[in-house]
Amino acid sequence: MNIRRRRKIADSLVFVFIALAAVLFLFPTVLTLANSFMTSGEISANYGAMFSNMTEAKKVFISENVNLKFIPDKVTFAQYKAVLIQNSDYLMKFWNSVLLTVPITVFQMAVAILTSYGFARYPNKFKGIIFFAYIILMIMPYQVTLVPNFLVADKFGLLDKRSAIILPAIFSPFSIFLLTKVMKRIPVSYVEAAKLDGAGEFRVLTKIYIPLCKGAIVSIAMLVFIDYWNMVEQPLVLMKETSLHPLSVFLSQINTGDIGLAFAVGTVYMIPTVLMFLYGEEDLIEGIAYSGGIKG
Amino acid sequence: MKNKTRNQCGRRGERIFSNVCILPSLVGVLVFFLIPFCIVIYYSLINNPVMKEFVMLDNYTKLFSNSAFTKAVKNTAFFSLVSVPLSVILSLGLAMLLERNIPGKSIFRTFFLSPLMVPTASVVLVWQVLFHNHGTINQIIERFGGQTVDWIKSPYGQVIIICMFLWKNLGYNMILFMSALCAIPRDIIEVADLEGAGSLYKFLHIKLRYLSPTMLFVLILSLINSFKIFREVYLLTGNYPQDKLYMLQHFMNNTFNSLDYQKLSAAAVLFALVMIVIMALLLIAENIFGKDVEN
Repeated sequence: MNIRRRRKIADSLVFVFIALAAVLFLFPTVLTLANSFMTSGEISANYGAMFSNMTEAKKVFISENVNLKFIPDKVTFAQYKAVLIQNSDYLMKFWNSVLLTVPITVFQMAVAILTSYGFARYPNKFKGIIFFAYIILMIMPYQVTLVPNFLVADKFGLLDKRSAIILPAIFSPFSIFLLTKVMKRIPVSYVEAAKLDGAGEFRVLTKIYIPLCKGAIVSIAMLVFIDYWNMVEQPLVLMKETSLHPLSVFLSQINTGDIGLAFAVGTVYMIPTVLMFLYGEEDLIEGIAYSGGIKG
Repeated sequence: MKNKTRNQCGRRGERIFSNVCILPSLVGVLVFFLIPFCIVIYYSLINNPVMKEFVMLDNYTKLFSNSAFTKAVKNTAFFSLVSVPLSVILSLGLAMLLERNIPGKSIFRTFFLSPLMVPTASVVLVWQVLFHNHGTINQIIERFGGQTVDWIKSPYGQVIIICMFLWKNLGYNMILFMSALCAIPRDIIEVADLEGAGSLYKFLHIKLRYLSPTMLFVLILSLINSFKIFREVYLLTGNYPQDKLYMLQHFMNNTFNSLDYQKLSAAAVLFALVMIVIMALLLIAENIFGKDVEN
């Protein structure tokens, strides 16, 4: 009885702790969303102090402290109106992000499905060596891979073009690594049954492997998308032409300039990924859970 | 007899198909990564792209006497050494807490995972508000009579990026640990319970052993992600941060701008070697530690 009671108390303490931590984790996202409904005036009144050294003229209005505020005095869509309708800059950068991230995700997944199938079917020593090389490549940070990427882009005259970022990203081995592990779990008996029915190798791929891995493919595609939606390093190195930069890079400039709009831009920018998350959370969690272990 | 040979032909055709599947990716990796990386190694050993004289390790020794490079290495190494173990320990802790019998588990799981799906650029302003000299955290410290710090500009700058790193990555690692904890055979835990093992004993001698492959994976993943912290720093402070936040990628960007191929190449090769050594050490450690469980 006593032990049970103690366990109960411990559980409720854990609950309180976890709940607090969880709220803390959600806090930056919710705050960005809430602040996006404030008027520009309210935002510079609250946060103007952060940039007072840059905008001397506005110094009069602002207090010295930065006041964190959750609930707007007046809910308005003025920020959104400015971002989406009045100023085309932000939409252009958003579109740049789409033009980079969507081709990367689609083609990387296409290559990954084909390659993982190749690795998972008829494994041999040679394929094992290639796969190990891919793991080595996977652990290489951008500080290493951007140098060869830059050389290739320079050689082929791709610098300042989108393809300088897209082409190497298509062959990034991360998704191959994850998907191969999932495909290796497909029992051979499934394939044998299909073979008895006269299916060729290509049909095995399209009718067995792809449908069985659908959840994993969705989840890996989401991870790839969010990773490149977030990109900063590649455009800075491979694109000097700032008009082609994605919004993820451009946002750092908004934050120091048009602070009254930054929250709305930030919210607009997280819409695609958050929608994906809400739609595919179960797949994502399952996909992540599958990926554990570097060898297996 | 005839039938048999045809059958073998068919099999060989199937094998060839599975090999052909790898080909596009292999060509891509060769063209965009492997072959240019060999050129990078070559560049790191010559004096300049015009004369092309071999100077052996000159570029490397120059790199070590470059103060910007050593500063970047120090800061990056410090950040990784602190944030990677922290993220492993904290995410394992969270996963174990969520294993307990508490309501609303799946909602909490969603909350912890949500930062993964939010672009850093979207929320960077909130972090600036929190850590600003007159920002929220300093106001709280002031209220309790503590000494305030100008976080972004002070030597404590790395605290901010460590927080941002943990915020972004804990959820993913936590899911990995949760699935690994689920995979521990129940009967072993039950036997240990019957024998009267304490929870610390159970953790150290049973769970930790079963978790070791996942731990290795989380460790490597966190390490990879820790080198992406440049994003956060860039969004917080731009291309020219204060000394403590000057990361390796800043150094690389500046060297790209000056088109100093020798310096760039030497740095890239050096970093690649370090990564390979770290990876090898981790794999060896895991082999020693996790061996008896896998068999």
